[in-house]
Amino acid sequence: MQPAAKSSFAERAATATPEPLARAVRGLSDRAIAWLFISPTMALLLAINIFPLIWTIRLSFTNYRANRPNAEVVGVGIDHFADILTDPDVWASMQATAHFVFWTILLQTLLGFALAWFVDRRFRGHGFWTTAILIPMMLSPAVVGNFWAFLYQPQIGLFNYVVSFFTGLDPSSFEMIGSVKLAPWAIVLVDTWMWTPYVMLICLAGLRSIPDYIYEAAEVDRASKWRQFWTITLPMALPFIMLAVLFRGIENFKMFDLVNLLTNGGPGSTTEVASITLKREAFEKWRTGYSSAFAIILFVTVFGLANIYVKALNRVKSR
Amino acid sequence: MSRGISHAHSIVEPGPLSRRIAAAVVVVYALVAMVPLAWIFLTSIKTPPDSISYPPKVVFKPSLEGYCNLFTTRSRQTQDYIDTLPPPSGTCERITRERNMVVVGPSNYAPRFVNSLVIAFGSTALSILLGTTAAYAFSRFKVPLRDDLMFFILSTRMMPPIAVAIPIFLMYRELGLSDTRLGMILLYTAVNVSLAVWLLKGFIDEIPREYEEAAMVDGYTRLQAFFRVVLPQAATGIVATAIFCLIFAWNEYAFAVLLTSGEAQTAPPFIPTIIGEGGQDWPAVAAGTTLFLVPILVFTVLLRKQLLRGITFGAVRK
Repeated sequence: MQPAAKSSFAERAATATPEPLARAVRGLSDRAIAWLFISPTMALLLAINIFPLIWTIRLSFTNYRANRPNAEVVGVGIDHFADILTDPDVWASMQATAHFVFWTILLQTLLGFALAWFVDRRFRGHGFWTTAILIPMMLSPAVVGNFWAFLYQPQIGLFNYVVSFFTGLDPSSFEMIGSVKLAPWAIVLVDTWMWTPYVMLICLAGLRSIPDYIYEAAEVDRASKWRQFWTITLPMALPFIMLAVLFRGIENFKMFDLVNLLTNGGPGSTTEVASITLKREAFEKWRTGYSSAFAIILFVTVFGLANIYVKALNRVKSR
Repeated sequence: MSRGISHAHSIVEPGPLSRRIAAAVVVVYALVAMVPLAWIFLTSIKTPPDSISYPPKVVFKPSLEGYCNLFTTRSRQTQDYIDTLPPPSGTCERITRERNMVVVGPSNYAPRFVNSLVIAFGSTALSILLGTTAAYAFSRFKVPLRDDLMFFILSTRMMPPIAVAIPIFLMYRELGLSDTRLGMILLYTAVNVSLAVWLLKGFIDEIPREYEEAAMVDGYTRLQAFFRVVLPQAATGIVATAIFCLIFAWNEYAFAVLLTSGEAQTAPPFIPTIIGEGGQDWPAVAAGTTLFLVPILVFTVLLRKQLLRGITFGAVRK
C-alpha cells in the first residue's frame, strides 16, 4: 500500500538523517501541518474561483468586450445593472428559469419521495432495482440531453411514437422541441427523468433515519397507517426532502448543459433559462461587461435564496 | 443504512401484499426509465436508414456502421473510382464502400475520448490529494475561522459555471492555459475540491482521534500517523469521493464547451457535433454516446455501495 510505503520511507529518512534535522522533521508542529495541508486548496480556490469572481465584479462596471481586447475600456458605473433589471428579455429569461425550477422540483420531489417510500418497503431485490433507477443521474446531462433531441423528433422519434401509441395522436402532429407550448415541458421532462433518482436517494436516507420504535409505539396506540404517514413519516423525513429541494434548486437555477443541447433556448427564447441568456450575451454577443453584471445578479440571487432557505430548513430541523 | 433496531418479526414490517405492490411500482419505473438508454444502444447498432424509419424499429439487422462512422471520416466517391480500388481490408472499409464512400482517415472521437480520460483522472487525483489533506487539517486542528473557511469552500460551488467562465476564459488566454489539458485539470479540481473537502471531512471526523493519539504515543510523528493510521481508515470515504469527482469531471460540459475547442476538447462537447451527410448521423452519435456512458455504467454497478454512501452522506450526517 502506498501510504505505508511512504511512511516507512519517512521513518527511514528520519532514522538516517542526523539528529537536529530529524528533530526538525519530527517536530513539524501541528500548526505547520495544518498550514501545509490547507493552503494548497485555498490557493487553488483563490486563483480559480475568487480571483475570477473579483474580476467579474470589476468587468461589470465597464464596457469591456472580450473579442476586442485592445479597445479602450470605459467605466460605465452601474448602467449594466440598471439595464438588466429593466430589460424585459431578462425578466422573460427569469420567468423561463422559474418555470423550469418550479416544475422540475415539484415533479422530482413527488416522484422521488414516492419511489423512496416504495423502495423502503424492502421487497426482495430492492438493492438491485435501486441501482438500476440511479443510472440516469450518473450520466452526462449534455451527452444524454443531446440524444433526447433525437427521441423528441416529431416523425421518427421514439417519444412521439410512444405518445401516439397510447393516445392515438398523429406522431407528426406535435413537436416537443419545436413548439413554443411544449418546449418548456420537454426540458422539464428530461431533467425529471435524470434527477428523480437523486431526490429518491436523499428521501430514502430520510425514511431510514426514522427509528422503528416510533412506528411500534404508534401501532400500540392503534394509529392507522394513513395517520402514521402524516404524523410520523412525512414530518420526520421533511428536513431531508427540503435538503433535496435545496440541492436540486441550486443546480437547476444554473442549469446549462441539458437545455443548451436540447433546445438551445429555443424556439425563439421560450426555454432561454438564465444560463443560456448569459452564454448568448457573453460568448455570442461578446458583451463581457454586461454579462458579468448579469452573472453577479444571478450569483447574488442564488446565494440569497439559498441562505433564506437554509434558515427555514434549520428551523424545521430544530423542531 | 439499516433501521437500527429492525427485527424480522417487528410489527412494523410491511406485509407481503404491500411489498408486492411496492416491488411492482419500482420495477415498472426502473424499466420505463431504462427505455431511453436502451434506445441509445439499439440506435448505435442500426444503419442510418433503420435509425430514422417510421415506426421506430425494434427488430432489425444489427450493423457496425454507427461505430465505423464514429471513428472515421469518409468522402463520397463515384462507383467507377471505387471499382479501381483494391478490395476492402476491414469491416469498416467494406461497410463504407457499400455507401459509395471511402475511408479518408480517423475521426476526432478517439483523441477526444483520451482527453476525457486524462482530464477526469488527473483532476480526480489532484482533488483527492488536496481534499484529503485539507479535510484532515479541518477535522483535527484548531484552524482559525474554521467554519467560515468551510462555508467559503462550499459557496464556491454556488457560482453558475457560465458566470466564472468569462474571467477564466480571459485569465487562461493570458496565461496560455486555454484549450490545454492542464488548464482543464486545474479548473475541474477547483470545482471538485470543495465537494471533496466536505465529504472527506465527514469521513475523517468519524475516525476516532484515539487511533492517531495511540500511534503518536508509540512514537509516530503526526505525519506518520496521518499516512499510516488515518488514510487506511478513510479508504472507503476516499474511494466514494473519488467516484464523485470522476463522474463530475467525466460528464462536465459547460466549461468544456466554452474553454476548449481543439487540443484539449473532451468528449461531451464533441459528441453533439458528429454529423453525417445532411444532418446528425444518429447511429454514430449513439455509438459515441454508448462508448462514453459504458465506463460510468460499469462504475455505478461495481461501486454502488460506496456511491450510495457518498450521495446520502451529506444528508444523513445532519
